[in-house]
Amino acid sequence: MFTEVGTTELGDLIINVGPQHPSTHGVLHLVITLNGETVKKVEPHLGYIHRSIEKMCESLTYRQFIYVTSRMDYLSSHINNHGCALVVEKGLQIEVPERAQYIRVLLDELTRLASHQLWWGAMAMDVGAITPFFHAFREREMINDIMEQTCGARLTMNFIVPGGCMYDIHPDFVHRTKEFILFFKSKLCEYDEMVTNNIIFKNRMQNVGFISREDAISYGCSGPVARASGVSCDIRKLYPYEVYSKVEFTEAIEMAGDCYARYQVRMKEMNESMRIIDQLIDNIPEGEFQAKTKAVLKLPKGDYYSRVETARGDFGVFVMSEGGTTPYRIKFRSPGFSNLSALHHMVKGNKIGDMVAIMGSLDLVIPDIDR
Amino acid sequence: MISIEKITSSIHLKLSESFSPMIVTLVEMTIIGIFVLTLFAMLGLILVFMERKVSAYMQIRIGPNRVGYRGTAQTLADTIKLLVKEGLTPDGADKFLFNFAPFIVMIGAMLLMAPIPFARNVQIWDLNIGVLYITAVSSISVIGILMAGWSSNNKYSLLGAMRSGAQIVSYELSAGLAILSIVILTGSLKISDIIASQQNGWWIFKGHIPAMISFVIFIIAVTAETNRAPFDMAEAESELTAGFHTEYSGMKFALFFLAEYVNIFIVCAIGATLFLGGWMPLHFGSWQVFNHIMDFIPSSIWFMGKTFALIFLIMWFRWSFPRLRIDQLLNLEWKYLLPIGMLNLLLMTLVAIMGWYVK
Amino acid sequence: MIEQEKLIAICPGATFAENSQWPTMLISNTDWRALAEQLKNNSEFNFDYLFCVTALDAKTHLTMIYHLESTTSRNILVVKAKIENRMNAEIPTVCDLWRTAEFHEREAFDLMGVKFLNHPDLRRLFLTDDWVGFPLRKDYDDPINMIKL
Repeated sequence: MFTEVGTTELGDLIINVGPQHPSTHGVLHLVITLNGETVKKVEPHLGYIHRSIEKMCESLTYRQFIYVTSRMDYLSSHINNHGCALVVEKGLQIEVPERAQYIRVLLDELTRLASHQLWWGAMAMDVGAITPFFHAFREREMINDIMEQTCGARLTMNFIVPGGCMYDIHPDFVHRTKEFILFFKSKLCEYDEMVTNNIIFKNRMQNVGFISREDAISYGCSGPVARASGVSCDIRKLYPYEVYSKVEFTEAIEMAGDCYARYQVRMKEMNESMRIIDQLIDNIPEGEFQAKTKAVLKLPKGDYYSRVETARGDFGVFVMSEGGTTPYRIKFRSPGFSNLSALHHMVKGNKIGDMVAIMGSLDLVIPDIDR
Repeated sequence: MISIEKITSSIHLKLSESFSPMIVTLVEMTIIGIFVLTLFAMLGLILVFMERKVSAYMQIRIGPNRVGYRGTAQTLADTIKLLVKEGLTPDGADKFLFNFAPFIVMIGAMLLMAPIPFARNVQIWDLNIGVLYITAVSSISVIGILMAGWSSNNKYSLLGAMRSGAQIVSYELSAGLAILSIVILTGSLKISDIIASQQNGWWIFKGHIPAMISFVIFIIAVTAETNRAPFDMAEAESELTAGFHTEYSGMKFALFFLAEYVNIFIVCAIGATLFLGGWMPLHFGSWQVFNHIMDFIPSSIWFMGKTFALIFLIMWFRWSFPRLRIDQLLNLEWKYLLPIGMLNLLLMTLVAIMGWYVK
Repeated sequence: MIEQEKLIAICPGATFAENSQWPTMLISNTDWRALAEQLKNNSEFNFDYLFCVTALDAKTHLTMIYHLESTTSRNILVVKAKIENRMNAEIPTVCDLWRTAEFHEREAFDLMGVKFLNHPDLRRLFLTDDWVGFPLRKDYDDPINMIKL
């Protein structure tokens, strides 16, 4: 199976990168064809963590299936849940109380921050700097603690139910979040000093893994990957859901289309996320945190689609209902899957070290790709 | 005052009294052999522990703190673990070369111990071509690395070994040129002469700007030569898993590991000897009182202090820089370091001829 | 919004679904290729962003659902291509128009058994090459690994 990959000439070296490899961040398996140090072809072999979540969801009720999606993109699990709740609410036309909307969006942004922090650490580690990883984890730990206090879990929060949130926020939530934002603002400058402005890092990232605007659209890239190529694709801006229409933030867009641009988009996004949190945290309205819903949810016949912006990009949930208590067919459009399909396009002709940097800049989460 | 010099000379005298010169030489060689081996093991233990602690403090962790007093026995425990582990040899490997490679690397590191002056008049072999010997022998380890990478029958190992070969061979030039600039100043290849010439000040201060440039080039080049981050292309962990030693396990892996740390010690010791005066205390021209106080510190402590300061510098590099790409690495050498090193050598020659350095 | 007449003009056999979130075209699998070329290349539509490809098993037939978006006008169009022949489901590929379709189509082939004609590299994506059956189909049964709820 592996020897018949692509067109190989005499002298080409075919290497299996993964499924267990330090730079694939999980069980991604790449078969790369090398000519010396230059990568000629990259072919992803997926499925090592394929659990067929779509099939699983077909036998779960509309209340249950939300929580399975936490296990897809585990780094933005809350946003995944959010997307799924939105599709159920769209089908049943449930009005979500404003307090719940605020809480959801706040947690969304905290999740995004945590995800980007982890990515930042992993990105630096991919290009060989190990220390930033630990610094990123120090800050991420604070977010996890806030999450733990409010949601009861640190990674797979499962805090969302159709119609609102499962519980109200913890009394300490507001003040701890403010404390964290204050702390993190000072640390973000440190990130820049440590990695962003490092000359070696810049050399490794600039003009590497270029993807043009047209190609980014054609490959279906979304999120920071597409925005780094100048594609405006932030779902929060284009199709605002919940309270995103009320907050002020700018969509981070870079034109360069290389790894460094993708890096900078994410760094800017962290700032924007903090801006959103700043605007919301003091204004959480009083009221219900959950709308009254029936015990058994039945979506009317038809198909529903909702899109949310996860830390990785455009996450879509397609639900086809036959009117029963379980979905007839569910399809998750995962951002990582489409971003991964552009990998070969970005990598070919670059060195092995560049491939690792490009994979880091794509911010792949393998369970999200395999589903 | 007790010094290592006195101990060694008294042993030599005692032995000479009762044995013939031939036997004395044999006994002394055995003692030195045991001494070097012990030093090797001790260096490995201390440096690995130091690296773990340094990295831990840079990464806001505590580091090993359970085994022994404050974790000091951690590396010992690790060594025992590595000793009792099975040393696997892969099926497709070239068995002889695969098992032989760690020893080559190790022997290369051990040979370099010979001309290093550990304290005043304490040197295993003060040969008159000391500097030449160092530059020549330090290239042996690349053969071991290439052997390891090729014989493992693993593509990652092969790539790592090839990278390492390209890297060490090119960076040796810069290191050699940097060392040569000091040789020009002293006019001697003998290590003891070089140290003696730093009686009234270290070359990094006395040699003005060219010496400083040489020192910077030397530090960069030896970091690359010892395969340390940011030049750890040979074992680029996120790219090639572990590079040339991917297939090694147990004590054979430990030998590579040990050799890496001993190599760091040696290159730093050479750096300290050439640029920072070796075991010479810190002296400033006419500050008599200050110079006398400095003389009270034993020479071995001066030597170790300087060496470990340089080792710390190299560890600092490792834990704060990202890794270069292979082509950038070679560009840095051939397009920047080597031309600068050559020009610097010319400048240094001018300085030496005109006598512009502090005498 | 895109006008239905314009879409009908380039694909006469199409009908439109009612009460849907976005304009939804219902077509047959044989019309898909011609329509796709028009949607992508015709500057009037310019649907350059294919963000979701779904294969659906409707028990009697299969349906391919394409979610298209235009990055210039921000129109969204859903195309549902019906594949009558369930046993030998075939539909032309669009991976030369939208590069992202290559992986999405491989996924649909892998899990739903839809053959994409002229696809350059149609192999299983997630499952092993010797897997029998298409797990996302409604009649798929695996007595060992599947847990019925």
